[in-house]
Amino acid sequence: MTAADAAAECELGRELNVENLTLASHVDAINWNRVIDPVDDDVWDRLTGNFWLPEKVPLSNDVPSWATLTEQEKTLTMRVFTGLTLLDTIQGTVGAISLIPDAVTPHEEAVLTNIAFMESVHAKSYSSIFSTLCSTKEIDEAFRWSRENTYLQSKADIILSYYRGDDPLKRKVASTLLESFLFYSGFYLPMYWSAHAKLTNTADLIRLIIRDEAVHGYYIGYKYQRGLESQSEERKQELKDYTMNLMFELYENEVAYTHDLYDSVGLAEDCKKFLHYNANKALMNLGYEAMFPKELTDVNPAILAALSPNSDENHDFFSGSGSSYVIGKAENTEDEDWDF
Amino acid sequence: MLLVYYSSSSGYTHRFVGKLRHPSLRLPILTKDETLRIEEPFVLVTPTYGAGPNRGAVPKQVIKFLNIESNRRHLMGVIGAGNTNFGEEYCRAAHRVAAKCHVPVLYRVELLGTPEDVEAVNLGLDKLCASSLKTAM
Repeated sequence: MTAADAAAECELGRELNVENLTLASHVDAINWNRVIDPVDDDVWDRLTGNFWLPEKVPLSNDVPSWATLTEQEKTLTMRVFTGLTLLDTIQGTVGAISLIPDAVTPHEEAVLTNIAFMESVHAKSYSSIFSTLCSTKEIDEAFRWSRENTYLQSKADIILSYYRGDDPLKRKVASTLLESFLFYSGFYLPMYWSAHAKLTNTADLIRLIIRDEAVHGYYIGYKYQRGLESQSEERKQELKDYTMNLMFELYENEVAYTHDLYDSVGLAEDCKKFLHYNANKALMNLGYEAMFPKELTDVNPAILAALSPNSDENHDFFSGSGSSYVIGKAENTEDEDWDF
Repeated sequence: MLLVYYSSSSGYTHRFVGKLRHPSLRLPILTKDETLRIEEPFVLVTPTYGAGPNRGAVPKQVIKFLNIESNRRHLMGVIGAGNTNFGEEYCRAAHRVAAKCHVPVLYRVELLGTPEDVEAVNLGLDKLCASSLKTAM
């Protein structure tokens, strides 16, 4: 692509972006000493406390590991990461920002600006991975793939169309499904590599992104549920139907995208379980019950352990019939809070 | 088995506990409010808060409740509510309370819990009622 093409493409993107942008006609100074919804305050603290930059992660330690991957595995990994870059770009430049005019408190607006900024950090961090591990030619090739892949473009189009719509609650649904569901066909791969002791520093960076997305999905889902409270029963039902329909539409596309990416390495079925598991969590973030039954959500324990090192069942007294009971190891706690 | 739980205004833990067939009591949302005093064996259900590995994982209201020795004496175990996407932080508050009070983490549940979680916790609490597991301290 020439520089002129790139500029033209940017211009096109910008046109789409301003189409429905409503700027506030009046703004009051934000007073953080009068917080209306304590969740805004909690989430702000959590997000700022989680702040990170890709430069802090020693990605170059993954260079020897990258060299052990086959050409096919390298191509797959780069494609997965350009796919994730696209979603983060959408969320940073359109998604989180499209929610700002709908915010019901000034603190919610502030939280959304943090979310938008962190999405841009996420998008940039994939480029840090690329520049550490790959050649410019390979990088350009992967980005070209991301522009041409039908399923990836389709997922972007579906989400963008809802962001441009005029229903604030539907926008929140689309946003939560992006944050809590659509990323996971991509997140699967670095967790898989990590479980096989490959690209472990890259996996550390991805885990930071996953942690952020978990807060974003929780927060936007929470605001959706608050918004729902004042709606009529009929409208609640309409929104529930809409959520389920959108989930199915996105799910079908995700399954096709997953096969397209992972069939070549035989991981599509394993990845789909991870999709089901996360689809359930996305729905729960919106206040709905899980949709996929247990048989479809039994994620490979190695993937789950890569995601959360202490997620294995041995920590659960009930599920281990008591036989695996171990008292948690002592940790330093903030003793000033505890009187005993 | 009595459940005592903390749930913020987002209400995930509240909804999970509401699906169980065991009696429950909710801790006050505001830290300044008077906490509960419990005179019978109970299981604590708590989500995890905080911004870092060693900062404020246990909700303040849970700490206030456990700072009362007679409450602590009746604590049988802890159920954690969380999200594996928080990695090592997953259910950290439950693990921290368990370690501090020398009781087991009984179960961990994500978000609203699945029907399987509800079933497992109901049965587990039934068993716990029947068992002679020693209470903390």
